[in-house]
Parts: sequence; C-alpha cells; structure tokens
Amino acid sequence: MSVLRRFLRTPEAIAGAIILAALFAMALSASLLFPGDPQAIAGPALLPPFQDWSLPLGTDRLGRDVLAELFHGSRTSLAVGLAAATAALVIGAIVGTLAGFAGGLVDEVLMRITDAFQTVPGFLLALAFVSVVGPSLGVVVMAIALGAWTGPARVARAEVLSIRERDYVAGARVIGMHPLEIAFREVLPNALPPVLALSSVIVAAAILTEAALSFLGLGDPNRVTWGGMIAEGRTVLRTAPFLSIIPGVALVLTVLGVYLAGEGVVETTAVRRSLS
Amino acid sequence: MTALLSIRDLTVAYRRDGREVAALKNINLDIAEGERLAIIGESGSGKSTLALAIAGLLPASARIGGRIDWFLRQPLTLGAKAPPSVLPDISPARGEIGSFTAGPFPPTLAIGESGNESAISPLAGEMSGRTEGGVTERRPRSETVTTEPKFAPLGGRDIGFVFQDPSASLDPVMPVGKQIAEVARTHLGLAWPQAYAKAGNLLERVRLPDPDTALRAFPHQLSGGQKQRVAIAAAIAAGPKLLIADEATSALDTIVQAEIVSLIRKLVAEDGMTLLFISHDIALAAELADRIAVFRHGELVEIGATEQIIDAPRHAYTRALLDAHIGLDVEPMLRRAGASA
Amino acid sequence: MSSPLLTVSCLAKRYHRGGKTIAAVEDVSFVIEPGETLALAGPSGSGKSTIARLVLRLIEPDAGRIQFEGDDFFALSGSALRARRARLQMVFQDPLAAFNPRATVARVLDDALRIHGIASRTERPRRIAALLERVGLNADLAPRAIHEISGGQRQRVAIGRAIATNPSLIVLDEAVSALDVSVRGDILNLLLDLQAKERIAYLFISHDLGVVRAIAHRVVILDAGRIAESGDARAVIGAPQSAIGKALVTATPKLHRTTAS
Repeated sequence: MSVLRRFLRTPEAIAGAIILAALFAMALSASLLFPGDPQAIAGPALLPPFQDWSLPLGTDRLGRDVLAELFHGSRTSLAVGLAAATAALVIGAIVGTLAGFAGGLVDEVLMRITDAFQTVPGFLLALAFVSVVGPSLGVVVMAIALGAWTGPARVARAEVLSIRERDYVAGARVIGMHPLEIAFREVLPNALPPVLALSSVIVAAAILTEAALSFLGLGDPNRVTWGGMIAEGRTVLRTAPFLSIIPGVALVLTVLGVYLAGEGVVETTAVRRSLS
Repeated sequence: MTALLSIRDLTVAYRRDGREVAALKNINLDIAEGERLAIIGESGSGKSTLALAIAGLLPASARIGGRIDWFLRQPLTLGAKAPPSVLPDISPARGEIGSFTAGPFPPTLAIGESGNESAISPLAGEMSGRTEGGVTERRPRSETVTTEPKFAPLGGRDIGFVFQDPSASLDPVMPVGKQIAEVARTHLGLAWPQAYAKAGNLLERVRLPDPDTALRAFPHQLSGGQKQRVAIAAAIAAGPKLLIADEATSALDTIVQAEIVSLIRKLVAEDGMTLLFISHDIALAAELADRIAVFRHGELVEIGATEQIIDAPRHAYTRALLDAHIGLDVEPMLRRAGASA
Repeated sequence: MSSPLLTVSCLAKRYHRGGKTIAAVEDVSFVIEPGETLALAGPSGSGKSTIARLVLRLIEPDAGRIQFEGDDFFALSGSALRARRARLQMVFQDPLAAFNPRATVARVLDDALRIHGIASRTERPRRIAALLERVGLNADLAPRAIHEISGGQRQRVAIGRAIATNPSLIVLDEAVSALDVSVRGDILNLLLDLQAKERIAYLFISHDLGVVRAIAHRVVILDAGRIAESGDARAVIGAPQSAIGKALVTATPKLHRTTAS
C-alpha cells in the first residue's frame, strides 16, 4: 500500500498511471462497447469525426468505425508490447545470468551471440524475421523480442558478475547447492532490479516497432492495429488527415504513458533502496 | 586544562521508516585542549554519531538538539581565503530542522565559503546552516568576532577527521598527493607548489615509504594501512586543533593497527592536537587515551581517567565490557569447555 | 589409531598480476584431528583466507593435496563433491553478507536440509526449530528475514546452517571479528559447546591472538603465504619464536599498559 502511495507521489508517475489505466480500460472494454467485428462496415465512408454521434470519431475509407478500431487496436498494441518486452526480459535475464555466472567459454560464446544480435538494427531484424516466417501475432512478438533482449542480457551479466563474488554465493556453494540453482535462485533475483528498470523503454520500443511493422503491412492481417490504421489513412492523408492523426496520437500517448509510469517505478525503487 | 569544546544536552535522532530513532540522548561532555579522549561503545551506542555531530557532518535528515560550544583561542587561520559570506540559504528544509534545535549552536560561520572543497567535510556547509537555528539567527561574521570570544570551527581546518574505511574517504581517481595538497591549499591559502611541498612533508611525517613516489600514487596502488596513513596526512594537513579518528584502525590487521595507533599518538603529541578516538575496542582505547568515555544505547554511561575506567570501573556495563575483552592474559575458554565435556 | 580428519600437504596458490606471479599461499602443510580447533593467524595478506577457500574448494590450488576424511578432496567433483560438502562447512565473517539478502531464517536452514536430503519436506519445519534451539535461538525466529535480526542472531543462524548437515569440520573465517564484544563471548561459548558435544573440528581463522589463545588447541602463524611457526596455541602465543609471531603478540592491544608509550 505504501509502495503505491510512494509511486504516486510524483506528477509524472500519476500522469503515466492515468494514461496506462485508460489504455487498459480501453483494451478490456473493447468487446463490450464494440461487440462484433471492428473491421465490419458501420456507415458511410470517410465520415469526419464529431458529425454522427453513433460514430463519434468518424469512419475510414471503407466505412469502418474509427473509435471501434481504436479500442480494438489498443489490445494489439498492449498485448504485443507487453508480450514482446516480457519475452525480451526473460531471454535477456537468462542469457545474461548464464554468461555471467558460468564465465569462461560459455560467457564468451553467449556474449558473442549477443554482439551479433546487437550489431543488426532491431527493426531490420524484426522485418526480416516476419517477412520470412509470415505475419501473425506470435511471430510479431518473437520478432520484436529478438531485437530487444540484448540490452537486458548485458545489464544482467554485469550485475551477476558483481554478485557472484559475494559471500552468500560462496555460502551457497559450501552447503552444496547445485550451480544452476545458485544461478537462478540466489543470483538472478538479486540481479533483476536494474534489468527491470529497462522494461519501460523496452515496452515503449516494442509498441512502436509493432506499429511500424503494421504500417509496412507486416502485422497480423486479421487484427486491427494502430500502425495499420495509420497506413490506411496515409492514402487519403490530404482529404481525411484525422484517419492518420487519431491513431498516431493514441500511439504517442501510450508510449508517453509507459515511459512516465516506468520512470515512476524506477524512482520508487530507488527511494526504497536508499532507505534500506 | 582549558576546554576545547563543551557539549551540553546533545540529542540526535534519525528518522527511519517514518519513526524517530534516538542516536544520542542528552549528552554532556567536555573535551579539554590537548587531551586524548576515547569514546568506546558497541554498535548502536551512538559513538559515531557523536563524532559526526562534533565535526558537523551529520546528515541533513538528523534532528539535533542541545549545543556544542567551541573555545578556540586564536581567530580564524590567517591563510583562510576571502572573507566568508553569510551562508546562502541552500536548503528549504533548513528552517524547519533548525527550529527543532533546543538551543542554537554558537555561531558556526565561515563554514560555507565557496573555497571549502575539502574532501573531509563535504557536508560542512549544510551542517552549519542547520545548526545555526534558522535563518533569522544568522549574524554576519564581523559582528560575531567582536562580540564573542569564541570562534567557530571549520571542518578540515580546525577538525581533522579520519574514517574507518580509507578507500571510501579517498578519491579513487586523484593522486593522493593532490588530495592532501588540496586541503593545505584550501585552508592554509598556499599556492599549489607550496601545497605539494607540504603534502610531501606530511607523507614523510606519516612515515609512508618513499613519499615522493607516493605523492603521485593513486589510492588503489596503496595497501590498506598506507591508505589510512594518507587519510591521516590529509586530516592533519591544515593543522587542526582536533583530530577525530572514527574506528580508524578497525579495518586493519593487528600489526598495522598498532602502527597506526602509535603514529596517531606521535602526531598528536608533536602538533599538540586534541584527539577524539572512537573505538569498539576498550583495550585499544586504553593504550592510547588519557580519558575514556563509555557509551551505550546513545547514553554516556561512564567517563573517567583511563586507569580508573580499566582498574576501577563504576558502572556495571563498563565492567561487563572489560570482562568480555579477550586479551592475551585471559583464562582460555577451551579448558572450561573441555572440563565440562 | 585414527587418521587425521584433514591433512593439507604442500598447498600452493599463486596469482598472476601484471606479468608478475604472487604467491598467496606457498608450501603450507598442516593436519587437523577430529574434534580439534586449529587456528590460522597472521596479518592481512598472509594467506589465511586463501587457505580457507582452498580447503573448502571455493578456489582451486596450483599445487598440493588435501585429504579429508581419508579421501583425496581435490579428486572429488560434481555431485560427489557437493554431497561431501555436508561434512565440511563454513561460517563467514560478515553474517549479513553470508546470506542472500532476500532470505529468511527458515529458508537458509531449509536449503541445507533439503539439498542433502536430511529431512523430508514435512519434517523440515520441526528440524529447523530444533536447529534454532541448538544454536540458542527462539524457534519463532524462523519466518523472519535475515536483515531484520541482530548481528549476533545472524551469526547463530550461520552456525545453525553449518551444523545442519552434521559436519566433521567447520571453517570459521574471522567468524567473531565483526561482532560486538558482548556477543562475541556468547558465540565462542556456543562453538565450544558444539565441539564438546559433537566432536566438530574447527579451522579457526583470525587475526586476533587473544581469541585464538582462548579457543584454539593449536595455532599456525602465517606470514606472506608461508608458515612462520606452529604449535600449541598457548605455548606459541606465550613465547613466539618467529619475527611475525613476536610482532603479532606485541601489537595485540592490552588492557593494562605494559610498555610505556
């Protein structure tokens, strides 16, 4: 309880929390408020916003309800962003812990693989992966995670390198604990805080990457995505700019919200650390 | 013997998890000029808090009550740089904290001068502001000098502080010679070449082998004992009245500890410094101090001449501490256990 | 005749730094009998902690042999080594650093019992309570976090973890140096009681000759990685022969000033 109160002490954290709460509410209420297929035709094409109150944000080129698309698109953005970031953090933490704890040849091999992934720009990697395997939600998540796990891996390894010299790791060896148990039960949990501090950046980047892939037509074709909406609106940018602007603003607010909330979390944990 | 400083009703509390924890409770203590006073106690006794309070190094969050009066006979050191201005009000919390103090400390001016970059007392500026008892009570220095026969101490110049861990108190990326010279330059107003010459002298005085090379050495190139010698050199560089050694030998092994203790004894005698020696080791304190003050749970339990404390302790806790000491003359514990087996 | 519990012969450990080879431990040999306390004393850098870590196989030696309970300790590896660790335990100097910062008292003791299959899952809480009582702690302490309890209590928990697996030898690396003097005596008494009851041998590492003399049967004094002298603890400390032994005795603080300052 006091953790939450401390978290909500800075205005940035409050703003971030409000944006994220609104986003989650959108995602959760999408099928309640807009049952049925958001990609179905709901009215006349290219209806501007605030004209017809049954279609408050208007319709797109094919007469689809923009507000319904926006709500359903928030699901994809959140799901892909969170899933990709989680996958990246898990892979990164495991690889970093193994490399840092085992040392020697294992460390060398794992870190060279990390180098290889890091030298290829993450977006290109995702682009290539989706083009080869084909667009679906799972593939997009994997594609984004593939470019994002190297940061967490490096941070985790650096942290593990310092932790493995501590007395309590020697103590765990003395009582005969298996090395893998030492690595993942004794060392990894204590190496996590700086790795988790990266998560807001990774979630935000994952949401943007997903939007970019959808924009290029490499998203899941059966799902509404904000990136896809922006791409759709691009063809009528002069006559109906709102079709690109509305999902664009939604995207900006989401990324902003993730950043602000992430900063709030980092600050909260920093305060707790300095207190202990 | 004249008093160097007198502590009256000193109370210090830290705030932890919203609660206040008293670290020192109503301490009354006089320190005479030129004496060697040992403060001993176990963890949580408040002995380090006392050292920090005297040096003006308590964290800004500490709540302080009571007063510490200094009796510095000569005016501020001549070499001190430009006349110190009245402290800028840096901390918004200061007024609030200051209002807690029961009686304001005597004017501790001249502390916040911009040239105060001594590595020893980074907090001195803030501390002085806090102990003054609020913004309104600050007076310009000239006025103080004419109306009061006391002079406020300045951390680094009038007080030398040696910490337990020399690797934490020395700057890892600055040659040790420069760190010492900086103190001499800041507080004695020396130019760099003279300050370096002084640093070389000081390293010789603390018996560092090959002082010329040591001037250019970085802390990580020195052993623990050598680092502590450098820290001592920096602490005495400005010729302080009072040298505070807070567990200064606890991280060192027995042999190096004995060397550092004899070094401190020699330097204190040569410069006529007053020594405040903080330790958990009553035997070590007995080897060095004229008087011993025993602290427990933030209270002063007993104070007396070293012989009296060791040979005729009045308080049960002091006796318990003496009994718990395991020296070379103690009956081995092994025999007891062997007999009982 | 029973053979020694631990035989260390010609142990050596060298570090390479900047092209130079530094001998941390060189040609060190000693034995520990069952139920005996052998102290390693010496200034910092004399190699005492390195020897402790070699004996525990936390680091590997460059030369030498260690026989523990009749077996070549360096020949063991993997699960055989981990199983044998039950018999050879350690207590660290800083009891706070010796435990996972997230651990509770119960988890620390539970790990030792679980890893060596000493007690079943259902039986363990009872065994943990019994262990806590054996080291003079209240069983109510079990659910507490390690960082919540006092330094002396932590060191008792550390001893509890060490004896959980019925060891024949415990390495005590400056195990009482960081404790307050009033607590130190209690911990030393606990160690002596355990030794008397269960014939546990101790390798007691300390720079404090007062404590060494109080608790150890024999002492080995080290200097720069080599043995300077060794023998009966009281005899050696009472009349040291080596230069380092004399220096250590002279440097030990004494309550009554024998030498004029």
